[in-house]
Amino acid sequence: MATIASDNRGLRLAVRYAVLILIAVIFIFPLIFMVMSSFKPDQQLLNDTGSFAAFLPVGDISLDNYADAFKRAPVGLFIFNSVLVTGVTVLLSLLLCSAAAFAFVFVDWRGRELVLTAILATLIVPFETIAIPLLLIASKLPWIGLEGLTFGWLNSYQVQIVPFIADGLTIFLFVQYFKDLPGELIEAARVEGASWGQVYRKVVMPLAGPVLATAAILKFLVMYNQYLWPLMVVQQEGYRPVMVGLQYFFQLNRAWGEIMAYLSLITVPVLAFYLFLQRAFIASIASTGVKG
Amino acid sequence: MARVSLDGIRKVYGSTEVIKGVDIDIADGEFCVFVGPSGCGKSTLLRMIAGLEDISGGTLTIGERVVNDLPPKDRSIAMVFQSYAIFPHMTVRENLAFGLTIAKAPKAEKDAKVAEAARILKMEHLLERRPSQLSGGQRQRVAIGRAIVRHPGVFLFDEPLSNLDAALRVDMRMELAKLHADLGATMIYVTHDQVEAMTLADKIVVLDAGVVQQIGSPLDLYHRPANLFVAGFIGSPKMNLLEARVEGVDATSVKLASADLGTLVLPRANAAVSRGDEVVVGLRPHHLGTSGSQQIGGKVKLVERLGNETLAALTLASGQQLIAALPGDVDVSIGEDLRLAPQPERASLFLSSGAAVN
Repeated sequence: MATIASDNRGLRLAVRYAVLILIAVIFIFPLIFMVMSSFKPDQQLLNDTGSFAAFLPVGDISLDNYADAFKRAPVGLFIFNSVLVTGVTVLLSLLLCSAAAFAFVFVDWRGRELVLTAILATLIVPFETIAIPLLLIASKLPWIGLEGLTFGWLNSYQVQIVPFIADGLTIFLFVQYFKDLPGELIEAARVEGASWGQVYRKVVMPLAGPVLATAAILKFLVMYNQYLWPLMVVQQEGYRPVMVGLQYFFQLNRAWGEIMAYLSLITVPVLAFYLFLQRAFIASIASTGVKG
Repeated sequence: MARVSLDGIRKVYGSTEVIKGVDIDIADGEFCVFVGPSGCGKSTLLRMIAGLEDISGGTLTIGERVVNDLPPKDRSIAMVFQSYAIFPHMTVRENLAFGLTIAKAPKAEKDAKVAEAARILKMEHLLERRPSQLSGGQRQRVAIGRAIVRHPGVFLFDEPLSNLDAALRVDMRMELAKLHADLGATMIYVTHDQVEAMTLADKIVVLDAGVVQQIGSPLDLYHRPANLFVAGFIGSPKMNLLEARVEGVDATSVKLASADLGTLVLPRANAAVSRGDEVVVGLRPHHLGTSGSQQIGGKVKLVERLGNETLAALTLASGQQLIAALPGDVDVSIGEDLRLAPQPERASLFLSSGAAVN
């Protein structure tokens, strides 16, 4: 009986691993294809697509595509712009949305249900429907910068950041997570003399690791992949993000090798951020795993 | 240390009144226990004292101050919660020092007070651990320690032992009693467990449906329950309540009769009942014996042998259940007819409205 049981367990484990490997392969092969293709000249790249060679570093391998990509577009500037806009938006969004969710969940004030419902209702409004009105507003907003008071936010970093700091989904994620925190922890902190600000900083946020990681990853992906909005509000090359920069490679002569090189480069920050947060994510789950 | 006074305290949620005008005076240094069944309002009352619930009406005084509208931190209270509510991301030391850290106390003062609390609760060796590395009893100790560190005027306990297993609960109960003796602080303690209430309290407040049923010392409540609710709630096993009719009253006694009791004469001076009244007689299981005038008879349905005593459940002639606590080695078995002798001088007497007869 024991042998049969352990055989079964081994078999089940094997099947589970097989399925996991298959899923991993499905997800990772496009990435491998992208990176491998970025080292190949266009002719060979297109020939290889019909065979398994597309996923292998074979044939005429070089870094020429990368050199050409840098010649064709200011790749470094685009990546810098995207990382700056994305990073600042993610940070401000985590701060603002978590504070808003805190007020919705823990602080008792008149009308909070109504306001929260209104915020959650914005989840079903597609960005495309508000893009034009938002553009009109953004084009007239005042800004105090190095040049003093100016009007119109077009061609700037702030026009790419500010509209995306507060959003319904991030607030919703925090609200759901905060609702699951034991209310007695917050009450204990209040009895001990903590102000709402101290409860937020010293009790709630230190326990919010998992939701911070989740919200950060989701926000990062949305911001890094921004295309429509920057296309509308940024006409100067200096403020362009990576996705708009991709257009440079589809104009005139289309070079697939260069496109793959460019894509490989702009994927690096995403992977780095994801891997970094994955560690934080696991660590935060491990440290908050406390049973009542 | 402080006295606590509740004067006409009310709590209303929407159109539902859950606390209906409560008056309680708790003396400085007293251990007061709020006890009652689930939903009687005892926790709500405690949370109102703590400042975690608004007070809809009445006056709450702690020390010499009316604190109705003060936030929890200004009420000179510390609270221990049922779920411990210790912060999982902090070490035991940080948990204990939390209130002092918030108050920006100097490090030397913090260290001294944490050390003192740790010594009182014998947990010096746990200070650098995190809550996840502690057992349930140790966590509850941390929660109590956090309260001690603040030197509050009043300690509030909200069912602090109900998450612990039975053996640990008995230990912690004794430790709490000792803590109260050592600190001499005013303590208000909420529980639904009447054994905790009886063992810990100087004063018990029995609540039901948002109304105070009786306030008194544990033995007061045990021997002289003010009404049927308190009679049924205090004491384990519960008091047996048997219906009877008043056959006669004189200056020193009341004569009762019923199918189950036969005729029973209770020694009562000037009892406020008259001949023909329907009343309820309360007989504690421990006041029923097998020697003496064995006038209550029934068939034994269940025998629970606890070692030190044996609980026998009888069905009387009227079909009513009766429980008797007999000596541990008494010879009794299921199905047999058993006759028991009540102790009339220790019986309680209630009107059919529920109120006790003087």
